[in-house]
Amino acid sequence: MPAETMIAPGFADPVFQSQAAFRALLAALSEPGMLQQVAGEITPPEGLATATATALLTLADYETPVWLPEALRNGPAGAWLRFHCGAALVDDPADATFAVIDGTADQPKLSAFDLGTDQFPDRSTTVIVQVAALENGPALTLAGPGILGSRTITPQGLRAGFTDELRENRALYPLGVDVLLVHGEGLIGLPRSTQVEEAR
Amino acid sequence: MTVHQMPADDTKPAYNYAYLDEQTKRMIRRALLKAVAVPGYQVPFGSREMPLARGWGTGGIQITAAIIGPADTLKVIDQGADDTTNAVSIRRFFERTADARTCEATDEATIIQTRHRIPEAPLKSGQVMVYQVPTPEPLRRLEPREAETRKMHAWAEYGLMQVKLYEDIARYGEITKTYDYPVMVNDRYVMAPSPIPKFDNPKMHMSPALQLFGAGREKRIYALPPYTSVKSLDFEDHPFRIQSWTQPCGLCGAGDSYLDEVVIDDQGGRMFVCSDSHYCETRRAEGHRGTMLGDAAASGLVEETTP
Repeated sequence: MPAETMIAPGFADPVFQSQAAFRALLAALSEPGMLQQVAGEITPPEGLATATATALLTLADYETPVWLPEALRNGPAGAWLRFHCGAALVDDPADATFAVIDGTADQPKLSAFDLGTDQFPDRSTTVIVQVAALENGPALTLAGPGILGSRTITPQGLRAGFTDELRENRALYPLGVDVLLVHGEGLIGLPRSTQVEEAR
Repeated sequence: MTVHQMPADDTKPAYNYAYLDEQTKRMIRRALLKAVAVPGYQVPFGSREMPLARGWGTGGIQITAAIIGPADTLKVIDQGADDTTNAVSIRRFFERTADARTCEATDEATIIQTRHRIPEAPLKSGQVMVYQVPTPEPLRRLEPREAETRKMHAWAEYGLMQVKLYEDIARYGEITKTYDYPVMVNDRYVMAPSPIPKFDNPKMHMSPALQLFGAGREKRIYALPPYTSVKSLDFEDHPFRIQSWTQPCGLCGAGDSYLDEVVIDDQGGRMFVCSDSHYCETRRAEGHRGTMLGDAAASGLVEETTP
C-alpha cells in the first residue's frame, strides 16, 4: 500500500493518554498564558502539530464538526481525523466546533468562526492556531481570569493584526472564540476572557 | 464489556476507568473547557445515569470521573466531614472504579470533591475543587422558567436578585440568606456557589485553585478559573458579612473555622464543633484543646489525642 494512503495510529492507550492531555488543556485554558506540554506519544499526520493532533483526539468526535484548511482537509490530516475521531470536516468555519488554522495564513479571521449566541455562549468554536514557536517572539501581555496580575507570552509566527482580532474577540465577551496557540508538544490557552495587549 | 474481556476471578469488573465511557468523558471535558472560558456561565451537558440517585452528588461525580487520572489524590467531603455517608461512598466509588488514591488531608489532595463546604486549610495552586450542586440557577426561586432565566443571564439583567436582597433588608433588617449566597463572577455572571455557607464565599474570591461545579439532575456545569473575582452581592450600606460565633470550637478551640451546633443532652446543652473534620483533627494533633474535649473523649465520641 502506498505510504500516503496509510493512516497513522492514534492513541495507544486512549483512556489514560486522553485524560493526561485533557488535564493539560484544562490547565491551559484555566490559566491563560501558562505554557503546557502534552506527551509526545503519537505521530501526528502531516500538517498537524503533536499538540494539535493530541487535542483533537482528546476532544473531537462525531458530535463536533472540525474545520481544517483545505490543503489539510484533503490530505492525510483529514483522513486521519475522520478515521480516529469520526468527526465531520466542514467547509464553513462558522459550522465548526473545533478549527485548526495556521498562524501566518490570512484567512479565515477569528470572527469568521462560530462566536456562540448570547444565550448559549458555550457553542462557540475553539480555534487551534499553529504557530512557528511559543517563545522568544514579540511580547504580548495578558490579564483576566486565571491570571494573578498579568502574564507575558512571546509566541512567534502570528499574522499581522492577530492581536487586534483577539482584542475584538475579547470585546464580544461573553461571546467569542477560545484560542489555543500550539507548537510541537506545547500549547498556550487564550480563552475569550483574556485581555491581550502588545507589550510596549 | 465485549465477550473476549470476560473477567477472571482475580480481575475487577470490566468497567471503563472511572466508570464513564470515553465518549461521555469527552462531552463533559468539552463542557468543562467552555465553562472555564466563561467563568460563572452554566454550560448544559448530557448528564448520565450514575449508580446512585440524583441529588447525591452525581454532577460532582461525573466531573471528577472526567478529570481524574492515576496521578491524582482524591479527597471527598460532605458538609466538611471526611467520614459521613456521602463522602465515604463517593470515595469508595472512585477507589473501585478508578483505583484512586484517596486521602483526608487537604494539602495532599489534587482533587477535592465537596458537598456544601470549602476546607478551612487554604487551597493551593494546582488543586481542583469539585462542587456538588443541587440548584445551579441562582435566579430559579425568583423566576421558574428556564427560558427566562437564560435571557436574564444573557443580558445581565440581575435587578430581580437585587430586589430580593433589598426586600430581605426591608423586612428583616438584614439579608437572611446564609448559604448558597449569590455571587457576581468576573463582573458578569451571577452564580450560585452551591449550598456552601456564606462563611465560605470569601474563600472563592481569587482562589489559587481551579473550582468546578457539577449539577447532575439539572445538567449544568460551571467553573471558576484560579484568580477570578468572586463578589458576594450586597449593598453599600449593608455590606456582606460572614457568620460569627460567640464561642470557639469545643474540641480544638479554633476561633476561625465554620462551626456546627451539636445538641448534647435533653437539658438544652449544646456545643460547637468545627464542620471541617480534618481541620479539627489536625489542630487537636498539634495540641490545641477545646473546653469540651475531656467530656467528648469520656463519652467515646472522639478519640483522645495526647497534647
